[in-house]
Amino acid sequence: MKELSLNILDITENSTRAGATLVELTVDEQPADDRLTITIADNGRGMDVELLAAVCDPFTTTRTTRKIGLGIPLFKEAAESSGGSLSISSEPGVGTTVTAVFGYSHIDRMPLGDMAGTVSTIIQCHEAECDFVYRHVFGRGEFTLDTRELREVMEDVPLSTPEVVFWIKENIEENLRELYGGNKYENN
Amino acid sequence: MKTIEELKAIRERMKGNVGMRDSEKGTHIVVGMATCGIAAGARPVLNAMSEEVAKRGLQDVMVTQTGCIGLCRLEPIVEVYRDGEKTTYVKMDAEKGRRVIVDHIVNGNVVTEYTIGANE
Repeated sequence: MKELSLNILDITENSTRAGATLVELTVDEQPADDRLTITIADNGRGMDVELLAAVCDPFTTTRTTRKIGLGIPLFKEAAESSGGSLSISSEPGVGTTVTAVFGYSHIDRMPLGDMAGTVSTIIQCHEAECDFVYRHVFGRGEFTLDTRELREVMEDVPLSTPEVVFWIKENIEENLRELYGGNKYENN
Repeated sequence: MKTIEELKAIRERMKGNVGMRDSEKGTHIVVGMATCGIAAGARPVLNAMSEEVAKRGLQDVMVTQTGCIGLCRLEPIVEVYRDGEKTTYVKMDAEKGRRVIVDHIVNGNVVTEYTIGANE
């Protein structure tokens, strides 16, 4: 993975596969505190203590096609190599929250990359079964995109319609530019 | 700015077209998006193909994803389902994705050089 946004895309996949109907993604950039925090919280089926303890082991996976799962281990590696950490809390029947903290200015901290591409892809592929809230904070500014609000506008037209997906992607790009003060910023 | 009014305009254009998602009609483009596909560059492929479909206003074309197809070394993999036939494209990138939309989806010519048959 070359961008944190690709890790986010991959980890969110776990949430939707766990039967979540709501996934809340928060990207919190605080350059002044030299900290970047990414939180992915879902209301999926959750994990018991045993699976939770084993989940960072690449030889743990719930899929049956093979015996290796690299999503969480790669994300953890990305956080730790920037002087940060990854933590997971989970409760069966309630949901799972993955929190990754990064050293913002650490030379080994990967760029966030194309967040608009990631979020629009998640919505495109999973809107039929799941709602998404994407909140992006930069310093004291922030914006939020909530698929439940978009659904109200679109009525019975699916959010996965290519033209709608394209609108969502461009909308996020514009909001990010505004959030970063009109600059493309290092993360884009 | 991308406005809600634009979104409403899309809704009005699309209204007559809903319901194809579950039907056998139309074209389904499926991109492999497990850890292997994502790491190999599947997201830009999915984004580029969706954008091309949107810009050309193609009706009855849905772009979606699947998990690991089991051929990680050939990722990014794109499967096109149309008229009961499946075409598998391998080692894709954004530009190849755009060409598949133009040649295969719009003009009906399979891009043979990108298919799994030409790469195995």
